[in-house]
Amino acid sequence: MEAMYLAIPLAPLFGAIVAGLFGKKIGRAGAHWVTILGVAVAFLLSLVVANDVMFHGNTFNGTVYTWAVIADIRFEVGFMLDNLSTMMMLVVTFVSLMVHVYTIGYMSEDPGYQRFFSYISLFTFSMLMLVMSNNFIQLFFGWEAVGLVSYLLIGFWFKKETAIYANMKAFLVNRVGDFGFLLGIAAILMHFGTLDYVETFASLKNFAGGDIEVFAGWKWDAVTVIAILLFIGAMGKSAQVPLHVWLPDSMEGPTPISALIHAATMVTAGIFMVARMSPIFEMSDTALNLILIIGATTAFFMGLIGIVQNDIKKVVAYSTLSQLGYMTVALGASAYSAGVFHLMTHAFFKALLFLAAGSVIIAMHHEQDIRKMGGLKKYMPITYWTSLIGSLALIGFPGFSGFFSKDLIIEAVHESHLWAAGYAYTLVLLGVFVTAFYSFRMFFLVFHGKERFDAHGHDDHGHHDDEHHGHGGTPHESPWVVTIPLIMLAIPSVLAGYLLDPMVVGEFFHDAIFVNDKAHGFDPALQGLLSAHPGIEEISAAYHGVLGFVLHGLMAPPFWLAMAGLGAAWFIYLKDDALARWAYDKFRWLHTLLDQKYYVDSFNQKVFANGSVSLGNVLWSIGERLMIDGFIVNGAAKAVGWFSGVARQVQTGYLYHYAFSMVVGILLMLTWFLFF
Amino acid sequence: MLDLPILSFLIWLPIVGGMGVLIVGDRSGAKQFALGIALLTFLLSLPLYTGFDLTTPDMQFVEFIPWVEAFKINYHLGVDGISMPLILLNTFMTVIVVIAGWEVITYRVSQYMAAFLIMAGIVNGVFAALDAMLFYILFEAMLIPLFLIIGIWGGANRVYATIKFFLYTFFGSVFLLISLIYLYQLGGSFAVADLHKLPIELTPQILIFLSFLLAFGVKVPMWPVHTWLPDAHVEAPTGGSVILAAITLKVGGYAFLRFAMPIVPDAAAQLDWLVIFMSLTAVVYIGFVALVQQDMKKLVAYSSIAHMGFVTLGFFVIYALAAKTAANPLAMSSSVLAIQGGMVQMVSHGFISGAMFLCIGVLYDRMHTRDINAYGGVANQMPVFAALYVLFAMANTGLPGTSGFVGEFMVILASFGANPLIAFAAATTLIVGAAYTLWLVKRVLFGDVKNAEVAALKDIGRREFWMLAVLAVAVLLLGLWPKPLTDVMDVSIRHLLDQALNSKLCSGLAGGCP
Repeated sequence: MEAMYLAIPLAPLFGAIVAGLFGKKIGRAGAHWVTILGVAVAFLLSLVVANDVMFHGNTFNGTVYTWAVIADIRFEVGFMLDNLSTMMMLVVTFVSLMVHVYTIGYMSEDPGYQRFFSYISLFTFSMLMLVMSNNFIQLFFGWEAVGLVSYLLIGFWFKKETAIYANMKAFLVNRVGDFGFLLGIAAILMHFGTLDYVETFASLKNFAGGDIEVFAGWKWDAVTVIAILLFIGAMGKSAQVPLHVWLPDSMEGPTPISALIHAATMVTAGIFMVARMSPIFEMSDTALNLILIIGATTAFFMGLIGIVQNDIKKVVAYSTLSQLGYMTVALGASAYSAGVFHLMTHAFFKALLFLAAGSVIIAMHHEQDIRKMGGLKKYMPITYWTSLIGSLALIGFPGFSGFFSKDLIIEAVHESHLWAAGYAYTLVLLGVFVTAFYSFRMFFLVFHGKERFDAHGHDDHGHHDDEHHGHGGTPHESPWVVTIPLIMLAIPSVLAGYLLDPMVVGEFFHDAIFVNDKAHGFDPALQGLLSAHPGIEEISAAYHGVLGFVLHGLMAPPFWLAMAGLGAAWFIYLKDDALARWAYDKFRWLHTLLDQKYYVDSFNQKVFANGSVSLGNVLWSIGERLMIDGFIVNGAAKAVGWFSGVARQVQTGYLYHYAFSMVVGILLMLTWFLFF
Repeated sequence: MLDLPILSFLIWLPIVGGMGVLIVGDRSGAKQFALGIALLTFLLSLPLYTGFDLTTPDMQFVEFIPWVEAFKINYHLGVDGISMPLILLNTFMTVIVVIAGWEVITYRVSQYMAAFLIMAGIVNGVFAALDAMLFYILFEAMLIPLFLIIGIWGGANRVYATIKFFLYTFFGSVFLLISLIYLYQLGGSFAVADLHKLPIELTPQILIFLSFLLAFGVKVPMWPVHTWLPDAHVEAPTGGSVILAAITLKVGGYAFLRFAMPIVPDAAAQLDWLVIFMSLTAVVYIGFVALVQQDMKKLVAYSSIAHMGFVTLGFFVIYALAAKTAANPLAMSSSVLAIQGGMVQMVSHGFISGAMFLCIGVLYDRMHTRDINAYGGVANQMPVFAALYVLFAMANTGLPGTSGFVGEFMVILASFGANPLIAFAAATTLIVGAAYTLWLVKRVLFGDVKNAEVAALKDIGRREFWMLAVLAVAVLLLGLWPKPLTDVMDVSIRHLLDQALNSKLCSGLAGGCP
């Protein structure tokens, strides 16, 4: 069995190495076969393992090898397989497999074909290492490794100036998050003496409110500090405000990776991590409040930006930001299982939406502006219907997967007793309207209405050399390697929601996730310190089957808000846009604000990027050249030169000068001896 | 195994071999001969690892021959877990450097090769010396080949750089000599082991420590005595830069462990804040300076200084940790972790900075400029090179899975226990280090082909590929599995901690001063 565990991440790694190093030799087909085979093996083995773990209870926690042993500190690389990690493995390998297949069609004309397959397989390996880890060091390895692959893939078309700007930005912003994450890991090691999850959680229970003293007399609660530092890491990876700025730019990468990395898997690593660390977060109400605020802010305000975007991928990207905000809110409300559940359903429908967007982009010859599309329904039936499923799932239409997961989150926030829950509840509710509005604005603009594209004028598409698409005729449905993944993803986009019963209200995650509620036997010792976090517990108590949940949903505000958003989009973009014009004229400042993305990017560019360079220039010209080198080093050299220049005046070499100074000297000495 | 004087071989084989290369002169075969000597030296150094006893902190492979008996100066050699990996690093990098100069150097080839071989022998001696005076002589002798390498094969402004480099380092080591003579006066021995046991009062300890700090700090180099390094790097030929960054800087770090901390532990404990401050300044301030460099070599040189900041930080943070033993049950383990981190960082930096300079050399050989603005879109023409370059760049930013991560990670983890603010300042390298490295990569490798010169670039040949590939493997191996290295150092570092943390003041000793 352990060999099988090991084979799961190593199979994609093998594919990545072969495709990467020997890409030329094995050719294009060789590269996609070896990587697809690797990921398929990982997926099938994950199924076997998941079956074993979920239905036979054979969880696993063990070491693969010892990284280093330093005195009493052991650094080990190992796997922890429980319901949480196996679910993640299934999601990652399934979506990755779909994306691999899809890539055959999407990248068929690209000269970097083998390189691309190598990267996405390497990504799958890294992501598996991340979710399977049983310790913080491997978690951090996977964490940064997925960041590296994301960097490589955003900059995949490295000739494009925007792409290589975006990938550097993504890496650096993520590094800001990792900065906090690493310090969090350091704090864990210092307080618990281990980097192993289980050992950490075990000692956490006996941890009697330690402090971290930063300055003398300035103490912070250790667990709160740890939780917040870890969450900063999650904010970077899962693109939460204010570290969200890299995700929209990451759309510079090819669409398959936007689906795989920047929607379905990597960006959810932060959510996964917080859920995994639930025992830590449950110990700090401060951290949970912070998470609620950050998540809700991201969920609502990033969704708003989605309304004014015209690039098809950017709309989906802002939607991803907003949905990540929902997951984060769930974490803050201690509804970790709901957050992870939404992570899973979102992985399916958002990967679907991205891949469908890619299919549209192929048909439009790499035109991404939705204002230049329209009426594609009749040309691309499969893309149309799968997109509709994805959009309905996204807005939480009853019966579709997103409905269950999103309603759970909203309910959980409603039940939360934390003070930030009120703020979060308002924003996530309003967010439902916004989500439905931007989703169907895009949907209608792309698939319905007038055909605004020019069927013959799309031969000038930059980096891509896709003559084969350039038939010049009408757009047409994508090849089967593209549509099959769409269909395969559409299925769970509908059905995954029905797992709600076992996964969230059931006992599925009870061993992997700790919640400070009655179900876990609320620790009386902590009762005075912490509030109870009953979100999911109360939902479970009120839960009476899927049908009841759906019926209840039909009467709840989120449903009506979603319908209102959908209706508004339909009215404005298909019937009469007078309302939109009026709003645009009336609230132009708001449009500008959203169009400028709240000026966060320009602020970062001016203050952090330019500021750092200016600081560097000042330190370089004043600190280095003027002070140290100019003043001290060369100054010392000059001083020596000056003194020797002076001293040289004395050494003239003329005999009479020396004779004269001798006489003067003798006179002086005589005077001294005679008179003193 | 123990009967063979391996360490003497490691010192004298390259030196005598270097002389031999000089005799062969610029006939055909000089390069092959030099490569043979370098390889043989490397192979001979391997038994140090395979035959190493992990259980003892004592010196191993010891050789002892009286030399100047009047002053009790001895030819006394030996290695422990701290010096052994550095010797291996040195013999390994020497092979790489000889290969790196293979087709590139056309002027006085045999002398160039001989200089590197002799340098390798001297450096092996520095790491193996157990007699302070022998150490000092070799420490100074190291300057000679390097002086020649930069002065003869260097760039346009080489004279300024050479003189600056020489005077800077020489200035520092004069104080080292004075301290060593004082210590000899006090204890009547130059043996390092005796100096470790010698009780010393606080005031002389502090003076000695400051002179050590100056001598070794210049070598490391630590802020603010670092400005010779960028100039020396810029003017040095590629091989010179590699040896300078990969090997000679390590001598400074090593000397802190071998001399400063065990000989004057009380002064080190008193002045730890100074060294920690200097190290953090190196990490933060130098990081920003690196950001604005226009010369690739200068950028990597500044990045070297920042990375070496982690070495000295790791070494001296143990004193801050020792002050927290009561509050932090993990303080002892953290101290071991800190020094391990510093040592791993030294070895790793040897690989990474060496590789970075080799990469710059590859570009310089083709374009004859180090100006970042002259490049752009190199990856289009040199995909294989670009892949390796990105790997080393990532290692330079401390990506987990590469060796660059291990040392920084350990030092940051350990220093958090001493003071979260230290860890906070040190961890900024995650951001700043990534910024200057990736910005370099972006400007040089990525983008469209910038000009005709870049368009004419040819990808790396077989020789260049293998020399970089070997380093890439080393970087990844050490990153994925540092245990073989940390295990070797473990016992020696614990022993060192005993010495470095126990007071040597007369009042603190049971028997008082003799």
